[in-house]
Amino acid sequence: MVMPITYYLALSCALFAIGVIGVLIRRNAIIIFMCIEMMLNAVNLSLVAFSDYYKAIDGQMLVFFVMVVAAAEVAVGLALIYVIFRNKGTVYVDELNIMKW
Amino acid sequence: MSIEIPTINLTNIGPLITLSVAGLLLLLVDAFSIKGTKKGYFHQISLVAVVIAVLQTIWLWGRNEMDFSRMIYVDNYSFFFYLIFLLGTGVSILLSVRYLENYNKNYGEYYALMLFAAVGMMLMAAGGNLVTIFLGVEILSIPIYIMAGMFREDLKSNESALKYLLLGAFSSAFLLFGIAMLYGATGTFFLEDIAKVIKSGGMNALTYMGLGLLIVGLGFKVSLAPFHMWTPDVYEGAPTSVTAFMSVGTKAAAFAVFLRIFMDVFPTVRMDWDMLLWVLAVATMTVGNVTALAQTNIKRMLAYSSIAHAGYILIGMIAGNQLGAIGILYYLVAYTLMNLGAFGVVILVSRKKDSYLNIYDYSGLGFQYPGLALVMSVFMFGLVGMPPTAGFIGKFYIFSAAIEANYIWLVLIGVVNSLISVYYYLRITVIMYMKPAEADLGPVDMNATMTTTLIASAVAVLIIGIFPSSVFNLALSSVKIFGS
Repeated sequence: MVMPITYYLALSCALFAIGVIGVLIRRNAIIIFMCIEMMLNAVNLSLVAFSDYYKAIDGQMLVFFVMVVAAAEVAVGLALIYVIFRNKGTVYVDELNIMKW
Repeated sequence: MSIEIPTINLTNIGPLITLSVAGLLLLLVDAFSIKGTKKGYFHQISLVAVVIAVLQTIWLWGRNEMDFSRMIYVDNYSFFFYLIFLLGTGVSILLSVRYLENYNKNYGEYYALMLFAAVGMMLMAAGGNLVTIFLGVEILSIPIYIMAGMFREDLKSNESALKYLLLGAFSSAFLLFGIAMLYGATGTFFLEDIAKVIKSGGMNALTYMGLGLLIVGLGFKVSLAPFHMWTPDVYEGAPTSVTAFMSVGTKAAAFAVFLRIFMDVFPTVRMDWDMLLWVLAVATMTVGNVTALAQTNIKRMLAYSSIAHAGYILIGMIAGNQLGAIGILYYLVAYTLMNLGAFGVVILVSRKKDSYLNIYDYSGLGFQYPGLALVMSVFMFGLVGMPPTAGFIGKFYIFSAAIEANYIWLVLIGVVNSLISVYYYLRITVIMYMKPAEADLGPVDMNATMTTTLIASAVAVLIIGIFPSSVFNLALSSVKIFGS
């Protein structure tokens, strides 16, 4: 049985939407980060699905780049969260309000 | 079975290689220099790299091809943007040195990150493939996240870096989803091929979705109106030299991509979507200018002003004709010089450790430091768009392009917005010359590097404002790649 591509797309869009909602409503910086990762992985899913649909590999190639970029972003992000925790003792973004948010 | 190895010409990406190598070299020099010795070579090395890259770009000027299996455009359009980025990077380096020394943060990695960010910008301007463009965006963004958080002990800097990182990564995800949708609609990442598919097959739901998400992603980077919320906080909290760098570099690079995609890939869509961009441009200008009126922190005020400038530049894109494209390129050159200059003055006046960032700290500057005040006035008049500065000519090109394309109302709103901006830019000038100093803030550290850079930028703003033809001709030969 072949899964139609719309199924993959629907799943990918759902994951992306959950990620967006998570970023918008959660207050913990680490969880926001995880939601962003989920958005990126939703994109990866749709890229792999399209890549299979077109029988071309360039979509899958981009998936690797996305993974690398996500890893780099997390490395920087966790370092920053760590520094903020050390300076301020919190990772909740609504408590980071020295400047008007 | 045989594998065909594509031929590549490394000289085509010479400027990128120079900057990358210089960045790596800086990291090595930093790592291997003896502890405690004065590390003073970083900015010299990076400036030499920037100068070499400029020479390479000039040498490349005139080529028109694609390289690296069509991943990179080698054309005057990219070269023009290379020069803008290199100008921005070079001036930012000159402005950073003393500022970082005051904070004891004159590290090699700062300059290395700046050069890497410049490489990312160049990849964005030259990218012929959505993958290259995406990687360019990230190579530009990640170093800037780090640079914004460079002052580790400063809570403001921490906060600014985290906000920029979270919202930047969020917007990259949108950009990427847009890329995936375009790939789904057309089956290719190459801009040329996407353009062909759309020309023959028209648009469908996936293409529209992809384009919309792409606009959201790039809109974040240039801080268009509904996506501008991060700009003031990030600009205020980041080290001033980093603010200067990102306010000009990120914007120019994102507009390079924006313009290439809209002129080359979606020329027909641009006409269908002009209403959307129209609304974005009007919202961006108005929000930027009106909110800037209420600011008392100069960095925050310049942040809102940079939002407003993104709106003006968008007008050129809506016009969508050759003059509009030239106007955007010209405006970006002018904006780079004026904005970097203004931030340079902010660095000087804020004195040690960013103590004086309120606009009223500028009172009496005209009597204490007439030269500094004069230079600041030139930048402020330029940002307003008064003749004979470059800002006026830039606005003139963009607005006349929009009139040529029959967007009279848009131009009217743009002009009204420029009038609003007169208030908050000239308020600085008025405070400097009409108000006596409220308190003795201590001496301004006028060092040779900073003053020379500022004077040179101010003179350049005036010269390309009075004799715009040379920049105009360069821009004209750069936008010839776009048909019509």
